[in-house]
Amino acid sequence: MEKEDLKPHILSVIVENKSGVLARIAGLFSARGYNIDSLSVSETEDPNISRMTIVVKGNEKILEQIFKQLNRLIDIIKVQDLTSEEFIEREMVLVKVNISNSNVRQDVMQLTNIFRAKIIDIGKKNLTIELVGGSSKVKAMLDLLETFGIKEIIRTGKIAISREFGKE
Amino acid sequence: MTGAQIVIESLKKEGVKIIFGYPGGVILPLCDALYDSDIKFILTRHEQGAAHAADGYARASGSVGVCIATSGPGATNLVTGIANAYMDSIPMVAITGQVHTQLIGNDAFQEADTTGITRPITKHNYLVKDISELASVIKEAFYIANTGKKGPVLIDLPVDVQRADIDFRYPENIDMKSYKPVYEGHPLQIEKAINMMLAAERPIIMAGGGVISSNAGEELKKFLEITEIPITTTLMGLGSISSEYRLNLGMPGMHGTKYANYAIQQTDLIIAIGCRFDDRVTGKLSEFAPKAKIIHIDIDPVSIGKNVSVDLPIVGDAKSVLQKFIEKNPKINIEEWNRQILEWKKHHPLKYKDEDNEIKPQFVIETLAGLTKGEAIITTEVGQNQMWTALFYPFKHPRGFITSGGLGTMGFGFPAAIGAKFACPDKTVIDIAGDGSIQMNIQELATAVSNNIAVKVIILNNSCLGMVRQWQELFYNKRYAFTCFKKEKGQPDFVKLAESYGAIGYRVSRKKDLEKILIKALEEKEKPVFVDCLVVQEENVFPMVPAGASLTEMMEGLA
Repeated sequence: MEKEDLKPHILSVIVENKSGVLARIAGLFSARGYNIDSLSVSETEDPNISRMTIVVKGNEKILEQIFKQLNRLIDIIKVQDLTSEEFIEREMVLVKVNISNSNVRQDVMQLTNIFRAKIIDIGKKNLTIELVGGSSKVKAMLDLLETFGIKEIIRTGKIAISREFGKE
Repeated sequence: MTGAQIVIESLKKEGVKIIFGYPGGVILPLCDALYDSDIKFILTRHEQGAAHAADGYARASGSVGVCIATSGPGATNLVTGIANAYMDSIPMVAITGQVHTQLIGNDAFQEADTTGITRPITKHNYLVKDISELASVIKEAFYIANTGKKGPVLIDLPVDVQRADIDFRYPENIDMKSYKPVYEGHPLQIEKAINMMLAAERPIIMAGGGVISSNAGEELKKFLEITEIPITTTLMGLGSISSEYRLNLGMPGMHGTKYANYAIQQTDLIIAIGCRFDDRVTGKLSEFAPKAKIIHIDIDPVSIGKNVSVDLPIVGDAKSVLQKFIEKNPKINIEEWNRQILEWKKHHPLKYKDEDNEIKPQFVIETLAGLTKGEAIITTEVGQNQMWTALFYPFKHPRGFITSGGLGTMGFGFPAAIGAKFACPDKTVIDIAGDGSIQMNIQELATAVSNNIAVKVIILNNSCLGMVRQWQELFYNKRYAFTCFKKEKGQPDFVKLAESYGAIGYRVSRKKDLEKILIKALEEKEKPVFVDCLVVQEENVFPMVPAGASLTEMMEGLA
């Protein structure tokens, strides 16, 4: 069967801040064979409520099922597909880059400035960059850093929020 | 009040009169409190029996079934029963004991992660660690179990919470911001549905368990009187309309009637009410009802559009949506189509080859149908016994047929019959069983005998696991791997077995004895009765659509 090109969707899921909620959601995805690309969870302005940002790939039918299945879970208050409207997304990435070659160090520092990232740790062999941005910016910088030799990456996963500007 | 007492007072507030269960270490505080209460506690002989009995009670009565077990093995033994209720959307509350809160996660004696294990098979579950939450959790549990798409809810209760003390206050109202089932169908969608009905030339209704769950039998009947649309009922929907209704096509699908499957393949509009287009109903999806538009009415949005593409979804309760349909009073002109339906019914009736000297399982069910006039509550096990019952017993009322539809649980029918008899003591309750399935929960004979539960168990004894044997005959080159029992060795004598529990046992080995023995069995009012009917081993269930094939590919047993 030809593999479908599946579009990533960013789901914003408002849930009761109770133990077991994450397990319910993770269980729902695994039981139905859907894969989570990234997931981030945190408390909202109301400490009884958490917001999860889940990035999943799927066609319309799969997304509809995920949407409904999530809504069926008792502890879930609201599910929103942010990709169906205007939204802003951000992700933080920490990257450790090899700089044992001193020429490289300058180039990496320059690149960091261009992307308005920050160097947050530096040693003889490696330096660590903190980068915050949307997916295209993150991808662009990581692609460029790749040429110098990335030693380690950690990403928070995307968080996203709907855009107010232009709504009225 | 202690936690245990709070549970009991809360159950009383919910109108619970009977609990099925099994005691054990960490559920002792609750059992001890129940000892003095007015709530009847029925001791089963296995926790699985307790769960199925609660399930059968719920199906027969329409109210929430309650079962109780201890931690660890008690809870894991409930699992099959809970999963069974989940698949068939049966309202149930299961309460399990849990080890002391301080010991949770320590691999303590009889500890199991019960909420973890049951998460995918419950509508919702709770581990109550704080007694101040207990009353509201119970209130929520009953509310969730018995509203929306119904289902089992489990409450895991550590032993120290049962013993802790607090003032009892039962919440009067409930308002969950994260759970608000939709009952009323959208008026615009209802309007559209009526227009689609008026435009249809060959419509059919497909009714499922949702009609029974929402007690919409009367509404369905009225709607059929107005529209005269032919109806097919899924396994879970059998009884939602009387088999005597002239345009009732019976069950569709894998072992459906020929005329139901013909109708599905020819219809231009399926009005699906409270059913979920299970693979056993649709056969090969891409060839299911190729000419039909589909209106799908279900209280559960997930079920709509999950398997088949739906042209008009209506999220709502079957009863309320049918009431709206009735108000619109749609007069539909489909006489020609109905003539065709009646012709199919006439020319392709269910049939089997009866023999003078052998007992055919279908004949047993037909005889039973004649004696009970279709008025008994029938439960089944799973397999051939279940399919023959679905095909040959003429169900007349909603809640008259209790069977494990989704999960297909062997061993369900007998404990479910016991539960149903507790719910409807004045009705005749019969479990139509196979010799394989009945052995899966046969220990419940003790429960039935000790409570004077006069259920009848009709064993269609063919000395094999008939449905699996049938598949092997048809699709596995007659290689009967692990399906045929040795008659001379290992098969119990069901008559003696029943008698050893203090029940009554009869054996029918000659066709001519069948009717009078069944009459004797039906007359018994005090004790459970086993009727061991020695039927033909090679008999198969037909018609049959092979798994994954289109509904047009019906196999027949008769030349």
